[in-house]
Amino acid sequence: MSSKGHEAKAARIRELLETEGDAVATNTRGFNTGRYESVAKLDDYQRLRQEAREIKEDAIERLPELLEELTETVEANGGTVYVAEDAADANRYVAEVCEARDAERLVKSKSMTSEEIEVNDYLQARGVDVVETDLGEWVLQVADESPSHIVAPAIHKSREGIAALFNERFDPDEPLETAEELTMFAREQLLERIKGADVGMTGANFLTADTGTMALVTSEGNARKTVTVPDTHIAVAGVEKVVPSVEDLQPFVELIGRSGTGQDITSYVSLLTPPVESPTVDFDDPETPITEGSPDREFHLVLVDNGRLAMREDDTLRETLYCIRCSACSNTCANFQSVGGHAFGGETYSGGIATGWEAGVEGLDTAAEFNDLCTGCSRCVEACPVKIDIPWINTVVRDRINRSGDAGQFDFLVDGLTPDAESGGGPELQKRLFGNFETLAKLGSTFAPLSNWVANAGPVKGLLERTVGVDRRREFPAFQRETLVDWFDDRDSRVPADPERKAVFYPDVYTNHMLVERGKAAVRTLEALGVEVVVPRAPGAGRAPLSQGMIATARSKAERVADALGPYVEDGYDVVVLEPSDLAMFREDYAHLLPAEAYEPLAEHSYEAVEYVYGLVANGADADALASAGGPASVAYHSHCQQRTMGLAEYTVAVLEQRGYEVTTSDVECCGMAGSFGYKEQYYDLSMDVGENLGEQFRSLEADHVVASGTSCTDQLEDLLGDPPRHPVELLAPDGGD
Amino acid sequence: MTAEPYDRFASRAADFGVEVTRVAAADASSTIETLVERPAVGAALPWADVTLPEDVRTDPTPAELDEAVTGVTAAAFAVADYGSIALRATPDGTEPVSLFPDRHVAVLREADVLPDMAAAFDRLGETFRATYGSAILATGPSATADMGELVKGAHGPKAVDVVVVR
Repeated sequence: MSSKGHEAKAARIRELLETEGDAVATNTRGFNTGRYESVAKLDDYQRLRQEAREIKEDAIERLPELLEELTETVEANGGTVYVAEDAADANRYVAEVCEARDAERLVKSKSMTSEEIEVNDYLQARGVDVVETDLGEWVLQVADESPSHIVAPAIHKSREGIAALFNERFDPDEPLETAEELTMFAREQLLERIKGADVGMTGANFLTADTGTMALVTSEGNARKTVTVPDTHIAVAGVEKVVPSVEDLQPFVELIGRSGTGQDITSYVSLLTPPVESPTVDFDDPETPITEGSPDREFHLVLVDNGRLAMREDDTLRETLYCIRCSACSNTCANFQSVGGHAFGGETYSGGIATGWEAGVEGLDTAAEFNDLCTGCSRCVEACPVKIDIPWINTVVRDRINRSGDAGQFDFLVDGLTPDAESGGGPELQKRLFGNFETLAKLGSTFAPLSNWVANAGPVKGLLERTVGVDRRREFPAFQRETLVDWFDDRDSRVPADPERKAVFYPDVYTNHMLVERGKAAVRTLEALGVEVVVPRAPGAGRAPLSQGMIATARSKAERVADALGPYVEDGYDVVVLEPSDLAMFREDYAHLLPAEAYEPLAEHSYEAVEYVYGLVANGADADALASAGGPASVAYHSHCQQRTMGLAEYTVAVLEQRGYEVTTSDVECCGMAGSFGYKEQYYDLSMDVGENLGEQFRSLEADHVVASGTSCTDQLEDLLGDPPRHPVELLAPDGGD
Repeated sequence: MTAEPYDRFASRAADFGVEVTRVAAADASSTIETLVERPAVGAALPWADVTLPEDVRTDPTPAELDEAVTGVTAAAFAVADYGSIALRATPDGTEPVSLFPDRHVAVLREADVLPDMAAAFDRLGETFRATYGSAILATGPSATADMGELVKGAHGPKAVDVVVVR
């Protein structure tokens, strides 16, 4: 992307932050909080997730067979099945059904698949009046806007905005104001339209092959009216919606509302085996009892392929087909919470999983428009009820986008920064710069402090912003002349006489070149607890290139890390890591990058530093060898997004409390910096908007100490609060005098 | 789950704003009577010992459905863990009767209160494979938050009462 492209994107994001940001933030955070509360009430939440995952894996594996069974069942029930190759094919079929029924009006309940094929426009161009009956969808239809959220489409609109829209458009006798008034007005308007409908269209959340039953998950009751009132029902659903049997619906019914809007269950789960036995309600003939007037019902199931069967053959995109469209990945995403689906979305889908959908349904170009908004923070992985590895899908698609794009025009600036593995097409310059941060860090330390003065000097910052899009409002972190490894090498050996354990302290790029003090603190802490520590030279973990979608570079780093650390692990050493995003590489991402025999031992023997301290103390090490609060002292602790996903934040809290601190943890999903994301000029404003939630909470705490586990969180907190936070281990380390 | 299915059901239904009353079969009709606001429509109850109040119109016309304040139907079963009731789609109109009026009164046998969703879907699977029928799992009244705050009665009933007959 050019500098102009960056500016345009930054301007668009600023506009959305101003116009829609508040409504989106309030609603998504409300859903997200609701999700935490609702899933906590389930004793067997993790078992239900596992079951749901297995049902989807099996269903997609056996998809052709299940589709055949479903078709036979629906047809035996008296319905018609049409498998549409693409959107045009689906629309043509739907229009034919409407024409055959002489339909003047079709009422719809909410369906993302119908948004995907844009059936409304198609039918309206052919003279059919299409009315959305979901209140949120209807608001958007009246406003002529697109959904900003897959479950709550009008999430970006405030009550005041909707009132202004309705008052202007419908000019009611008394101006509408409250949510109650707006809802009742919409209910009446829509009931009149439903009464005169000839065809009802729904989506389908799930379809069972054994009985031809469809599940519709709703709260308003509009889907019930849409199906019941007219005599013709068309359901439009992606082919991936089929599951084997009725019993398979159970985990999904228990998970979908909780995961999305934080409701234990939505008001209505319609389990319909059409044509349904309920009588139609013919308001054109108001005096004939409903049971006497009912003509035969007609049911058409339109199963939409539109790229899905090809996604099934794609090792990365296949997982997208497990998605149940609950919106958890949107609501838990810090970036989405700030801008919503109008920035973080494609033609139809929005939020974390949208990259997979849009890449599969529309193509890479559409996915490329918003894929960067996923920072890989991984909070959605824990939230997803079918455990989709959304960040990995987004990383692979980013890699594909990189390879399909034109190389940047300032290649000469980063010559030598890009390994051969990524050349040929290649990612844009900005990605290559951040992806190869390790090389910069080495240069930075070699030339420190000169490199720090230069990097933060006005002319250089201007050049960096113009050429590679590094926002000039960010301070560069200061490189240290003496790296952690150098310090360790020059220091006298401190091997305890009778070491309890042996550990390799992994000198990640940030600790080794910039935040050297936290590394020293970690080494002293481990030694104080009786651990024999070594700090070898080791390559970067590959997080930086992976985050830019440079998978080949990340893989080569992973291989070098495994070469460097593998022999220690074989020798009985544990691997202790400070930087959570690097530990997440070792424990999670390397599964994609390394053969199992290299990945598994490293993953198994790697620990986050304070997790390791907790384990040592739990196994008898003397905690009093560590520093303590020494009196009442409060700590504001921001864990790291990936550290929380790995379930490791609790250890830091427990150890700090054990050492006498009163700890309050942050209540945000992510700090907003997310590695290099917040340095990019097009995302600076968004990053600061996300970070401000954290800033606000921590400013109000007025804690004695602010600590953070991750480097980028440290940078962000310094920009937000003015002072750099320390790493928790710096509160634990005994004074070493070195 | 330690509580009796009925107690659990009543407490969960209350979480969603549903009033649950448990009565003996002999008192069911008079209890329904007190809950019904007129005009009312209904679908006949499938039990010999419980009947609808006389002025509850079964087999309604669309106009009567439109004007009714209350709809009375049977529920096939309930799910204690969720406070949900299952409404079968029947040829005599359980679905529209339970949907159009502002108030829905559902009548349920205590023996049909199932403990959890696993039991509910076991029953649904068995039934659907035999009958290819349809049902609605309804939990609380119709609701929406699309207009900026939670409002009850979006397209369906604003209030739901359940009468559990021993």
